[in-house]
Amino acid sequence: MCWHSRTLFAGMIAFGMLMSPALAFDFGRPATPEEIKLWDIDVQPDGKGLPDGSGTVAQGKQVFAENCAVCHGDNGQGGRNDRLVGGQGTLASDMPIKTVGSFWPYATTLFDYIRRAMPYQAPGSLSVDETYAVAAYILSLNGILPADGKLDKASLPNVKMPNRDGFIPEAEFGPSRPGGKK
Amino acid sequence: MRQPSEVITSIAPSELKPTSAIVSRRSFVGGLSAGIAGAIAADPAGAETLADVPPREPGADLGGHSERSKFVKIDRIPEAGPGKRNVDPSDAINSKTPHQKLVGGITPTDLHYERSHSGVPDLDPEKHRLLIHGMVQKPVVFSVDDLTRMPSISRVVFIECTGNGWENWKEADPNLTVQNTHGLISTNEWTGVPLKFLIDLVGKADGSSWMLAEGGDGAGVDRSIPLTDEIMNEAFVAYGQNGEPLRPAHGFPMRLLMPGFEGNLNIKWLRRLKFGDQPWMTRWETARYTQLLADGKARQFQLRMETNSVITQPSGMMQIRPGYNRITGLAWSGHGKIAKVEVSTDGANSWKEAQLNHPVLPKAQVRFQMDWIWDGKPTKIVSRSTDEKANVQPDRQSFIAATGTNALFHYNAQQTWSIDGDGRVRNVLA
Repeated sequence: MCWHSRTLFAGMIAFGMLMSPALAFDFGRPATPEEIKLWDIDVQPDGKGLPDGSGTVAQGKQVFAENCAVCHGDNGQGGRNDRLVGGQGTLASDMPIKTVGSFWPYATTLFDYIRRAMPYQAPGSLSVDETYAVAAYILSLNGILPADGKLDKASLPNVKMPNRDGFIPEAEFGPSRPGGKK
Repeated sequence: MRQPSEVITSIAPSELKPTSAIVSRRSFVGGLSAGIAGAIAADPAGAETLADVPPREPGADLGGHSERSKFVKIDRIPEAGPGKRNVDPSDAINSKTPHQKLVGGITPTDLHYERSHSGVPDLDPEKHRLLIHGMVQKPVVFSVDDLTRMPSISRVVFIECTGNGWENWKEADPNLTVQNTHGLISTNEWTGVPLKFLIDLVGKADGSSWMLAEGGDGAGVDRSIPLTDEIMNEAFVAYGQNGEPLRPAHGFPMRLLMPGFEGNLNIKWLRRLKFGDQPWMTRWETARYTQLLADGKARQFQLRMETNSVITQPSGMMQIRPGYNRITGLAWSGHGKIAKVEVSTDGANSWKEAQLNHPVLPKAQVRFQMDWIWDGKPTKIVSRSTDEKANVQPDRQSFIAATGTNALFHYNAQQTWSIDGDGRVRNVLA
């Protein structure tokens, strides 16, 4: 950046003014739709962001055994890492057990988290179909999906999680705050 | 980093002297040894007379990097969760700051606490990119070089893991140090680009009230951030830490800085900001960093870190001697500046206002200190802070009455240290 525009920036900051649009691409470069697609993996509770594809509970059982059981136990009962199954009815007890089944409010979060972070040693290594499948399997272990269940981008957002209404958002920051469209 | 005038303590020199004429040199040294002995292997009898002090001699060659003295033993400790200490490093999820061995208000960079969710990636800055997209006029890809060429700010702020204090929810293990109980907070000077500047570059849509921040770590940690006026004015993308590039443990080459808010929101290894109009409900803001109340409901988006303080000397596992003891510790609030810190040396029956070291900065840890003559009788010492918004750090009993004991995160009750007749300092609930 040249001396002239540096001085200009200093002036703008001093007076709290907005960027001049003419200078907008002095920094960075436009992102192309193709490259945004590579990173744009987040999923929202209404299903926005879910990819095409599908997976069944039966397929998920196999994926789970190969990729997840070593840390989470053969049936998601927990091991070296988090327990994924059970705990429903314990949240108000002295020993609450927080699992996907007892605590997680949105099934979309399960898909998003598996896709971005699991399996721990190789995040991103599962295909979209495998991700739907293993999410379906974990939900079936919790009695939320039937043994012959199947998930895709249409059905996943409609899964009602048992603890969906178990959260109290802070008034100052939650979705219903002034200006914070729900 | 600081102007010389800013590091002057607020305490007049006369106030720093032992307040009792009967304090002997021996008890004075004994009192101090409780604190500093943790970091420095100082034997009061190491040099009885000046003749015992080793003669001067030429030292080691000058190097490109200065190291700590071989006499200083000071380390973070990796841990795995409440009660899960001395774990294999591969099982550690955080590493705690040794507050009992530190002085002043700035945490040394290599001792800044760390919470990482998928190890510590060391990302190549040449290949790192920050994508800003979503509800914006122009989605843009930035390089590290782009950021470092932009106008920057520097700010001293604390970052605190919401798990700080989580050892004491249900019981107090008497073997804990303040590093175990409160080692998940640190204060550094961070340098970077105001979020507002980046937002102006991409042209955020007026209807966007939330921002997703995502890291480039294996877990791709991501959080939804509400774009309140306060956050819009104070958040920044940092590339500098205490005057140098970020350490990998703290998000090299760039991270989000959210002064006063949950440590987890300060996304490390930042590689994506996406603007939207509702929260994403990521795993971390639903299943993880939410606080279970006694009735089984969980508080969500409890994003601000509360008014807090802790005595760091004398503190857990130290031993003091009767006579002069300086009580010192750290106070902080996500609401702003600390207004005052009070200390009780009689188990919260009576309180005395401690002195605050300057500068007292908003959303930064401030050191407090107070003279104390210990009469040798068992007692309890405790601190409580009040911030500029009049928030007072709660006592444990009222805190637990309001929150229950299952919240796991956001513990800011007053920390009590008991002292027995032999001067042993131990962690207790109250």
